[in-house]
Amino acid sequence: MNDLLQAFGQALRLLTSLDASLLEIIALSLRVSLTAVGLAALFGLPLGAAIALFRFPGRRTAVVLLNAMMGLPPVVVGLVIYLLLSRSGPLGVLGLLFTPTAMIVAQFVLVLPIVAALTRQSMEDLWHEYEEQLRSLGSTPARAIPTLLWDGRFTLLTAILAGFGRASAEVGAVMIVGGNIDHVTRMMTTAIALETSKGDLPLALGLGFVLLTLTIAVNGAAELVRRWSKGWTG
Amino acid sequence: MSPGTNLGAQRLPPTREGAFSAPILPLELRDVCYEVGGARLIDGISLTIETGPRTLILGPNGAGKSLLLRLAHGLLRPSAGQVLWRNRKIAGAGRGPRRQAMVFQKPVLLRRSVRANLDHALALHRIGGEERRQRRREALQATGLSDRGDQPARSLSGGEQQRLALARAWALKPQVLFLDEPTSALDPASTRAVEEIVQALHAAGTKIVMTTHDLGQARRLADEVVFLNRGRLLEQGPADRFFTQPQSREAEAYLAGELLW
Repeated sequence: MNDLLQAFGQALRLLTSLDASLLEIIALSLRVSLTAVGLAALFGLPLGAAIALFRFPGRRTAVVLLNAMMGLPPVVVGLVIYLLLSRSGPLGVLGLLFTPTAMIVAQFVLVLPIVAALTRQSMEDLWHEYEEQLRSLGSTPARAIPTLLWDGRFTLLTAILAGFGRASAEVGAVMIVGGNIDHVTRMMTTAIALETSKGDLPLALGLGFVLLTLTIAVNGAAELVRRWSKGWTG
Repeated sequence: MSPGTNLGAQRLPPTREGAFSAPILPLELRDVCYEVGGARLIDGISLTIETGPRTLILGPNGAGKSLLLRLAHGLLRPSAGQVLWRNRKIAGAGRGPRRQAMVFQKPVLLRRSVRANLDHALALHRIGGEERRQRRREALQATGLSDRGDQPARSLSGGEQQRLALARAWALKPQVLFLDEPTSALDPASTRAVEEIVQALHAAGTKIVMTTHDLGQARRLADEVVFLNRGRLLEQGPADRFFTQPQSREAEAYLAGELLW
């Protein structure tokens, strides 16, 4: 209990003093996770919609695999990307290992299946409802993709938030490919892991408190956007 | 896959209005059957639908009225037989041949404004610019929705939603409009409004092909009746004759309000 109280105090002190290294960690965490989620949405939304609307051989298998990939273990993803990016790996020449870019790639791989799989499910339900009407109006499945993505935007926002939850909470992958280097690749989650193992529990808890607050803030902002636009478009 | 490839083998050039002006009627069904899981739901229907009279498809529940409309519209592919427009097969069943439109029992409206719903349909038909604005205005006016343009479509009442579905069809200026029990879920006032819009479309030269299970509505609207029972065509002829001298025992029983199965 004492630890928790102390942690709150520590967190408040860190935040109110605008501690430079803390802000740096927060900024990097947000940059990496938001970029990864943005890219995952960019590719995952159309991918999920395409799997929902098109009929092709092996579609069922693709759906099962996609759903299964939502549960990819971050450490395994981290390890595979580490091997790909390491000096002797096939992408070693890019020199990306232990950079924020490597962390973005790792989180992108983790988030993409979540966004795509949830999109696939909601687009399939929507297509079931819209198909006759859209085909009657002259739409093809390909042309229906943007229509359905826009009409399902409120559900899809939840899919994207689920992806953001995964990215912001994840520690295994960014730890391996980023290396938790101070001022370079130290994120909130990796810092928490480090401080905990060093025994600096108040700092670790303080960081955890900040992380939780940010997550709630992002979700709250999304809810506001949803309400605001729902008022306009029904 | 652009929307322009939907018409099938023979693509006709768009007119200045962006629609296809070449006439598509008569519509001919030749021995059309439709089966699902071995059950024959439409059983060898042959009929011709010509320009002009309002055609109402009547019959008890399960007679195959909605299926017949969907087969004619191209949303379903017949298990056997042919659906021909002017002796031509339109390839790619269900790809919404452009000069015909359909209004469903329960309209599916996009989660957008009334205006955006019309814009979406017009965009699919590649109608843009001033032409689009004008058609939108006309369609909203014709359906009494002029002051609703900015409202979310899903917030309209049931009757207004169906009017928007009609406005969407109106904006496309189809030669043939299929309507599948468009008023079955509506109150009398909304039903009347829908019937008036259907009348106006008819007056403007659109061929009306409509199903209903409301005999009063059939008497009000029909010029020609197609009577189905259990997936078979039993009668097709002028409405007066059908209502006064039905040829089949089933039609007689149906008009007398007996239960058919």
